[in-house]
Amino acid sequence: MTTDSTPMIQVDHLFKTYGTYQALRDVSFQVKRGEILGFLGPNGAGKTTTMRILTGYLPASSGTARIAEHDVFSDSLAVRKRIGYLPETVPLYTEMTVYDYLDFAARLRGVENTFDAVDRAMEMTNIGERADTIIGKLSKGFRQRVGIAQALVHNPDVLILDEPTIGLDPKQIIEVRNLIKEFGKEHTIILSTHILPEASQTCSRVLIINNGEIVAEDTPARLASRVRGAEHVYLQVAQSAPGIAKELEKIKGVLGVTAKEENGFEIETTLGTDKRAELATLAVQRGWGILELRPVGMSLEEVFLKLTTEENV
Amino acid sequence: MKNIWTIASRELRAFIVSPVPYVVSALFLVFMGYLFSLIVISSQEASLRSVFGNMIFVLLLLAPALTMRLLAEEKRLGTIELLLTSPIHDWQVVIGKFLGSVITFAVVMVAPTLYYALILKFIGNPDMIPLFTGYFGVLLFGSMFLAIGLFTSSLTQNQVIAYFAGFVLLLLMFIADPATSITGFGPLGTFVSYVSIQKHYDGFFRGVLDTIDVVYALSVIAIALILATFSLQSRRFS
Repeated sequence: MTTDSTPMIQVDHLFKTYGTYQALRDVSFQVKRGEILGFLGPNGAGKTTTMRILTGYLPASSGTARIAEHDVFSDSLAVRKRIGYLPETVPLYTEMTVYDYLDFAARLRGVENTFDAVDRAMEMTNIGERADTIIGKLSKGFRQRVGIAQALVHNPDVLILDEPTIGLDPKQIIEVRNLIKEFGKEHTIILSTHILPEASQTCSRVLIINNGEIVAEDTPARLASRVRGAEHVYLQVAQSAPGIAKELEKIKGVLGVTAKEENGFEIETTLGTDKRAELATLAVQRGWGILELRPVGMSLEEVFLKLTTEENV
Repeated sequence: MKNIWTIASRELRAFIVSPVPYVVSALFLVFMGYLFSLIVISSQEASLRSVFGNMIFVLLLLAPALTMRLLAEEKRLGTIELLLTSPIHDWQVVIGKFLGSVITFAVVMVAPTLYYALILKFIGNPDMIPLFTGYFGVLLFGSMFLAIGLFTSSLTQNQVIAYFAGFVLLLLMFIADPATSITGFGPLGTFVSYVSIQKHYDGFFRGVLDTIDVVYALSVIAIALILATFSLQSRRFS
């Protein structure tokens, strides 16, 4: 039996090679019950491969993965009963109606009372009014939602979603994110994305994967600060005088000054210090006229770029 | 069993909304109706023996058309990923699809030809035993062709390739027997002769049920379905 303390998903030293191409290198991570883990990485980083291994669709070349204490390879059927999976290409039979398709998906997963299960899944994904529509006639947004409904029709412990919001319009994206958060309150979710705001908005933890390797793993907030390495302050003044940058650099603890547009400066200071007061004093003394002075946070976008373009972090 | 039926019943519903079985059935019935009247009128015999023989040949052409979609389409659409990540064995997927195609074949192709027997009964006095064994033979060999078509459908994402691969494989098995003149009568010759479809169906149509012929058809079905399952699992070894 799994208790709350044992991880729902336990992945140890996964390797995967396709011929000579190394798709995964020593991937290890854990996901606790009720966590929403985001896989973040560029296309071809190994997100889909990892998910396919977890669902038992592909075997790993070496290493182990366990879901709810069951090995995904040797005890595959037990694992598959507990997971709902939305592949990157939504697996839809275009000639079926939404209801028939979800009924089929529920039967495949061994659901006894398919009527209630399908009803609940349609309600959660808000597709009830299209129950009798042929899937081939649905819009992209509805198809995506049918795909998600299919993944959660049997109320699985673990939901694995490969790019769940791809191809949706902004309103639909928000709906899907809310759905994921709602479902994530009681279930474990892994979702992959190459869109950063998605990871920071829906996930409790983010795992950045690049070239088949995990390059960082943390909460979205901590990840941003970890990568920063230095504090950044933005200062904009009214006067354009030469030598402002030089003067700023003289302040103790300032590591560098980058001139921006319209008399703006991005000032990099030692990690853990706040030089705003000193900067303000200096600006007032010189009579530059402060227009703006604010700390600059690093967006997950930058974190992602930094992590996936640099060798060592 | 429940899993197999889940797959088979979805397959039946897919056949109902697809134009392919209707077209295949129509072509089959037109062609067989023509051959039936031709054979019965010219031979003046109340027997379906040569009708069945011709039916087998027509089925070589049409059976792969029923099965070409079965796995190739799933691979192309990505729905195979749904099936293979559900708590159901790969072989259950294969058997379920096979069952779906056999039921469709029996309903849209074999059943509508039963009136040939009624006509013979009406105009003559046919020997009933060869009719029963004959229809059994058609079902058995038809199923065998479907199993082979299902196997070739498992090899590709392209339905056209699945069809032609199935048809050519069946045709080769159909005309394998003359190859014994090249292979001689050694172990290879025995094998070629055993594989030959032509060697095995005539007994049914004469009213003789030979165990070896039944075993032949069943073992070819089993081998084709096992190969189809392996082919689905090959992703695990790549």
